[in-house]
Amino acid sequence: MKDTHPIEITVNGRVHEIEVESRRTLADVLRHDLGYTGTHLGCEHGICGACTVLLDGLPVRSCLLFGVQADECEVETVEGLESDGRLNPLQEAFSAHHGLQCGFCTPGFLMLATGFLRENLDPTEEEVREAVSSNLCRCTGYQGIIEAVLDAAGKGGERTETAADETAASETSRNQEESVSVEDVSLSGAGEANQ
Amino acid sequence: MKPAAFEYRKASTVEEAVEQLTQLGDDAKLLAGGQSLVAMMNFRLVRPSALVDVKGILDLQYVEANGEGLKIGALTPHRWIETMEDPGVLEGFSVLKSAARWVGHYPIRTLGTFGGSIAHADPSAEWCMLATLLDAEMVVVGPGGERMIPASDFFQGFFTTALEPDEMIIEVRFPEPAPYAALQEFARRAGDYGIVAAAVALDLQGGECRSARVVLGGVSDVPLRIPEAEQVLEGADIGQEVFKEAGQEAAKVIDPPSDVQGTAEYRRDLAATLIQRALTEAVAKVKEAADAR
Repeated sequence: MKDTHPIEITVNGRVHEIEVESRRTLADVLRHDLGYTGTHLGCEHGICGACTVLLDGLPVRSCLLFGVQADECEVETVEGLESDGRLNPLQEAFSAHHGLQCGFCTPGFLMLATGFLRENLDPTEEEVREAVSSNLCRCTGYQGIIEAVLDAAGKGGERTETAADETAASETSRNQEESVSVEDVSLSGAGEANQ
Repeated sequence: MKPAAFEYRKASTVEEAVEQLTQLGDDAKLLAGGQSLVAMMNFRLVRPSALVDVKGILDLQYVEANGEGLKIGALTPHRWIETMEDPGVLEGFSVLKSAARWVGHYPIRTLGTFGGSIAHADPSAEWCMLATLLDAEMVVVGPGGERMIPASDFFQGFFTTALEPDEMIIEVRFPEPAPYAALQEFARRAGDYGIVAAAVALDLQGGECRSARVVLGGVSDVPLRIPEAEQVLEGADIGQEVFKEAGQEAAKVIDPPSDVQGTAEYRRDLAATLIQRALTEAVAKVKEAADAR
């Protein structure tokens, strides 16, 4: 007989009450039971980081956690980053700096960087490199990802002047003014989803 | 892969956890941060019949300076140790904070726990090495009550400890401050398990080393003390020459494995280099302390 448990889990501000089998990882609960397929699964043993989400505000590997352990927890996934169909400054920076190619690892990197930038508003390049070493990307060679994270933190980075970049740049400067707007954006998006 | 089916229970106190372990039998395991256990379950390297989730026992999250020594609650996340600022703790135990950045990756350190890493007993794990280096004692609770297990008895082999199946680590105690201790390791990607790691602690009197401890990880089935390297350092005038000699002596006496990560010869070279680096870092702390005064 399956060992199942009722859990209450808040994803991007929306409360879900579901019954999960104890062996089901949080990643599978998010993808299969709740439909948040933005969370990707690569290695399923904690090496690649594609499945990184925020659990009560901190980045975790959702393949190394059972859904039942996330009972009464707040989870944030990549779906919670945009608002009204607009990418947030971090996502814009990934686009502007070619921080992705095939896109498979991108949700994990975005959530890793979101958690990292909340704890460290003004990181050095070395700190960003160390944080980014948590996840694997087989396309970009990481340089674009590191530049994107530094840019989103308001530390410049190389950019070319195109229309899309200007949008990203204005987003970024707004990010600096509001200082924790990555969090604000995801929370305001969460509030709407709740209504 | 996906883990095999198991029964999930939650414990909110240590007594409850021990009671459930006793009830559920030898195939039941404790689930703390799960950062090693769940990976092994996903690989089906382990298939526990039941897991008792102890992560909710919040009283076991603390780092407390206790007279001379330090007490760490078993469920303290690695990230707490990495970010601790308490000068009372850092004065004697800064090595814990500086070693924390070697423990897994950032998203692993948010969930993984100090006691969980000790119980897992990977011979290259930083906390296991420091427990051996600094003569830590594990405070353990079982159906018969509490007992203390010194690190020298605790680690018995790869992933094998003196813990009984129905016992739980509740605290790790470091008896004495170690202001001149350091840990260095090498991995191909920051945050991966070190191929070799070296930890050292020195008792210094002026320029002379009164006593020394040297521990290597990744070269044996337990964190390994290297008395031959310690003897080189004891009574010697500290400096790069003697550090190098200590490293070379260690490289001579160890019998490390060869695997996909590196040959035995490569590990010997790493051991010598890392011991020298760790000693250099430990001595730099003497200078930092003097400058601070």
